[in-house]
Amino acid sequence: MSKDIEQTLGRVLRIGVVTSASIVALGLVSFLVTGNGGYPSDTYPTHPLEILQGAVSFKPFGWIMLGLMLLILTPVARIIISLVQFIQEKDRMYIGVTLVVLLILVISFTLGKVTH
Amino acid sequence: MAFQSLEILGISIIAGIVGSLLGLGGGLVLTPALTLLLGIDIRLAIGASLISVIATSSGSAIAYLRDRITNVRVGMFLEMGTTLGAIGGAMLGGFIPAKFLLTIFGGFLLYSSYLMFNNRRQEHPPESTPHPLATRFNMHGEYFDKAHQTTQRYQVAKVTEPFAVMVGAGVLSGLLGIGGGAFKVMAMDVFMKLPLKVSSATSNFMMGATAAASAGIYLMRGNIDPRIAGPVALGVLAGSTIGARIMPHLKNRTLRLMFLPVIVYVAIMMIRKGVFA
Repeated sequence: MSKDIEQTLGRVLRIGVVTSASIVALGLVSFLVTGNGGYPSDTYPTHPLEILQGAVSFKPFGWIMLGLMLLILTPVARIIISLVQFIQEKDRMYIGVTLVVLLILVISFTLGKVTH
Repeated sequence: MAFQSLEILGISIIAGIVGSLLGLGGGLVLTPALTLLLGIDIRLAIGASLISVIATSSGSAIAYLRDRITNVRVGMFLEMGTTLGAIGGAMLGGFIPAKFLLTIFGGFLLYSSYLMFNNRRQEHPPESTPHPLATRFNMHGEYFDKAHQTTQRYQVAKVTEPFAVMVGAGVLSGLLGIGGGAFKVMAMDVFMKLPLKVSSATSNFMMGATAAASAGIYLMRGNIDPRIAGPVALGVLAGSTIGARIMPHLKNRTLRLMFLPVIVYVAIMMIRKGVFA
C-alpha cells in the first residue's frame, strides 16, 4: 500500500471508529443515567430513518443505534479506499474485485430493508 | 438492566483482546458468554456479536495497516466469497436450526486444529509451490516480521479451496454472528500456506466486511439491541486496540500455540451444545 493511501485509510478508520464509539457512548451513558431509552416499553428503532429521527430527538437508544450504524459503515469506507488505491495503481483486476464486493454489500443493505 | 450493560462491557473488553490477538472476531467468545453467563436471547447475542466482529476488525485494522502485514489482494478476493455467503447465512437465519450447524462447525474446527497441530513446529511456512491462479491474481507478498526482524516473502499455494471455505465461512458468519476468523485463518494457513501472522491480519481485514454484509439484515430485523450491542461495541473496540498493539511482537509459533487450544475448546463446546442442549 502506498504511504498516503495508508495514512488516509488509517485516518478515515480512526475518525469513523472514534465518532461511532463516541455517539454510542453518549447514548449509553444517557441511557444509564436516565434509566430510560426514550422508547416505549423497551423497544428500540430498527430502520435507518427511525434511528435518525430518534437521534435527532436525543433519545438514548436513537443515539446508540446511530453510532452502531456508523460502525457498520466503517468496513465499507475501508473498501472504498482500497478501491481508490487500486485505481491509483491501475490494477484493473482488483478494481473489478473490489467493485464486486461493494456491490454485494449494497445489495445486503437493500435486502435488509426488503425483509422488513 | 443497567448493571447488565456494564457486565456486558467487561466481557466484551476481554473478548476484544482475545479476538484481536488470534484473528478471530469476538463472536466465538462473546456469543457463548452472553447466552450462557447472562442468559441473553441467542438472536440478540448473535446480533451483538456481529457488531463485535466489525468493531474488532475496524479497531485493530488501524494498527495492522501501519505494519503492512495484511495482504489486501488476498483479503479482497476472498471477501467476494465471504460477503455472498454472509447474505445467504443472514437470510437463512430464521430457518436452519442452529443446533445442526453448531455440531458440524465444531467437528470441522476439530479437524482443522488437528491439521494445525501437525504444523505447529514450523515458524515459517516451507517453500511451497505457488498456485498459478494466485500468481495471476497477484496475491503473493512479503512483510516485515517484527519478532524476527527480517523481511519474509511468501507464495500463495491454493486458491479455489480457500474461496469455497470462505463462502462457507460467510454463511456461518451470517447465521451465527461469528467472524468466521477461525475458518479464514485456517484456510489461509493450511490451504494457501500464508504465514500465520499474515493470515491473522488479513482475516481481521476481511471480517469487518463479512459482518457488515449480514449486519444490515440483522439490524432491520430488530436483532440488534442497543442495551446489548452498545456496550459490546465499546468494550470490544477497547479490547481489540490493546490486542493489536501486542500482536506484531509475538512470534508465529507463539500465536499458533495460543490459537490451537482456543479452537479445540470452542469446538468441543459447540459440539456439546449442538448434541445435548
